[in-house]
Amino acid sequence: MTNADPDLPRRRFRVSRKVLPYLLSLPALLTCIGILVPFFTAVIYSLQRYRLSQPWAREFNWGANYANFMTDPAFWNTLKVSLTYAFWAVTVQLLLGLGIALLLQKRTRMNNFISIMLLMPLMTAPALAALMWKLMTNPGFGILSYLAGLVGLENFNWASDPQTAMLTVVIVDVWVYTPFIMILLLAGLRSLPPQPFEAAALDGVPRLFVFWRITLPMLTPFLLTATLFRVIESIQQFDIIYAMTQGGPGDKLTVFQVEAYLNFFQSTNVGRSAALLMILWAITYVLSNIFIKNWLRLREKQRNTA
Amino acid sequence: MYEKEKDLIDAYIRGSVSRRGMIKGLGALGLSTATASVLLNASATRALAADFDWKAHAGKTVKLLLNKHPYTDAMLANIDNFKALTGMDVQYDVFPEDVYFDKVTAALSSGSSEYDAFMTGAYMTWTYGPAGWTEDLSQWVNDPSKTNPMYAWDDFLPGVIKSCAWNGVPGGALGSADAKQWCIPLAYEQNNLTYNKRVFDANGIAVPTNLDELLEAAAKAKAAMNGGYGIGVRGSRSWATIHPGFLSGYANFDQKDLNISADGKLSAAMNTDVSKEFHRKWVQMIQESGAPDWSTHTWYQVGTDVGAGKSAMMFDADILGYFMNGPGNAEAGNLAFSAFKANPAAPAPTPNIWIWSMAMSTFSKDKDATWYFLQWVTGPEHDLFGAQQMDLVNPARASVWADGAFRDKLSKSYSGYVEMHDASAPGASIKFTPQPLFFDLTTEWAATLQKMVAKEVPVDEGLDQLAESVNSQLKEAGLG
Repeated sequence: MTNADPDLPRRRFRVSRKVLPYLLSLPALLTCIGILVPFFTAVIYSLQRYRLSQPWAREFNWGANYANFMTDPAFWNTLKVSLTYAFWAVTVQLLLGLGIALLLQKRTRMNNFISIMLLMPLMTAPALAALMWKLMTNPGFGILSYLAGLVGLENFNWASDPQTAMLTVVIVDVWVYTPFIMILLLAGLRSLPPQPFEAAALDGVPRLFVFWRITLPMLTPFLLTATLFRVIESIQQFDIIYAMTQGGPGDKLTVFQVEAYLNFFQSTNVGRSAALLMILWAITYVLSNIFIKNWLRLREKQRNTA
Repeated sequence: MYEKEKDLIDAYIRGSVSRRGMIKGLGALGLSTATASVLLNASATRALAADFDWKAHAGKTVKLLLNKHPYTDAMLANIDNFKALTGMDVQYDVFPEDVYFDKVTAALSSGSSEYDAFMTGAYMTWTYGPAGWTEDLSQWVNDPSKTNPMYAWDDFLPGVIKSCAWNGVPGGALGSADAKQWCIPLAYEQNNLTYNKRVFDANGIAVPTNLDELLEAAAKAKAAMNGGYGIGVRGSRSWATIHPGFLSGYANFDQKDLNISADGKLSAAMNTDVSKEFHRKWVQMIQESGAPDWSTHTWYQVGTDVGAGKSAMMFDADILGYFMNGPGNAEAGNLAFSAFKANPAAPAPTPNIWIWSMAMSTFSKDKDATWYFLQWVTGPEHDLFGAQQMDLVNPARASVWADGAFRDKLSKSYSGYVEMHDASAPGASIKFTPQPLFFDLTTEWAATLQKMVAKEVPVDEGLDQLAESVNSQLKEAGLG
């Protein structure tokens, strides 16, 4: 037995080269398991007739939940409402976000300050933002109802009127998430190479032409990234809509997540709730793939051009 | 210290001194009301301990899942007496109502043994019971070795206690002989009229006594409210929109949610001619005199608006009116109460009720110890303590309603409350058909009502569509 030299640094733990790759990938593996186990559990539930209140009737119905959707007007309404919501929310956010980013493109102290200030809504939890807007649109004391009255919109009932419910929740979504798109596009705009713009300026190219032919094409990867994030999030919207209307009035705002939440927590219809979420997953998967493929194609094209 | 006073209170508990005699005696001994209340409660606790081994589970702990509510406040205010009586410890988590039932569902559906007992509404037990998440409490109630002889089961108001018992058969009558006692009431709410007496008197509006008069009074009140509205009723897209005033009025016309056939099959019953007429009037009332943002109104908006003077009356939980008549509300002291019979031909009001109750989790690690807590918190002593000294209204026990001090307290500050309760309590019970799709069908009913009020669908057509959808869902679930 030999005595170790106290002056030498001690190696406490030695990992063999064979084990190291597995050890390093363990956190990722555990995360995957944490995601895949609930996913496959949901897949199994979605293939079952499974209501917590009728445990005796639980059985595999092998896709009957999905087949029922085909003839269920409530499902088609949910699909329509979710897509409509996502379309309007993201479109308005993109237009506004791009407009604001263009206004703040020049690096000045004032622009930097404003861009940071404009991030404030993004710091607000969407459910809190919804409650805030609910108060502001209250017909009795809400400031927005008062202002609507001043411009001649008497009895404008915001989220409680079926005609304006979608508009109201889209406005709230736009208020919360436009800064996200704005900051992403602003970063994109500021990272664009200056040479093409300088050349265009020397040649006296009109600004609108520069925007359509230089800025927008170069900004497209950023636009696609922002759109991808926002479409995925918008189609999964829950908190703003639930906090404001619980999916009403009528069925005007029963988006996927609200419908699935009510199906599980209120009706305890686990099978239908899981099937709804699987459909939502499929839509999200398809949309993500479309965006990512386009993004990769665009990046490849830009590389080839460079 | 306070030995004479304790003796006097013990004599009152034994029945050898009248309540009046005790109050007089305590006054003569110079005791404040608050101190007397504490001594009375402690004495009641000693009396409880006399004939029953309350210490059988000393040293054990039970954990509760509670909703933020004045009933919970009453429970927690008295909990030291339970600890002293039993030597047990009590832990609890309190959640706001917005998320409370999600928490309960998550805890129970996961089979968690964290909570031994929890607060619930009777409707929820129609899911929890058949799912095997809650215990049938009859097995403890009927076991004299486990239940205090002074528990006084028969003291519970019949309509209330029966509403907490169901045999688990879809459509089975509540409180039937084979019913399982899924929960035991802490206190309950009837749905009646709470109106602003100041507004009514100033504008010569008579208290309505039926649905037609209600429409008329609401319209008059709206005209007089100057920016406010006539009547508050719930309108959010939730089952909770159907159960208060709406169902109470609906049931008064002998209308039901579901039919039960001879072979036990369920079918929709809400598209009868009488039902359509009732819906037409209800929808008209909201369109003409309800809140402009009615479709987002939960109990909270309905209550706060009447308390703030924004609405002239509400047809909702009587206890909501009770709380809105208290300090901190603009109309405190101006609210009055009236039992309401929507149908002029009906013999009496038929309020549907909401019951905050206690249930025992199947996953509780020590059910006998948990039962000790449940029988104490639903027992006559705690009920009386809560009613007299806290805001445990409406108590679910007849003996508490007979208590002079409690009645005096109510009559003094809540005009017409006692009379309203006495008039409608005999007809008060749950008017829904117990069945597992309760939340699906009532939420859809509320959504249909929203469409009718928004004039998106005519009443007749809306109800026919609703009935068709209900029937299809019942069939799909094997119930229709």
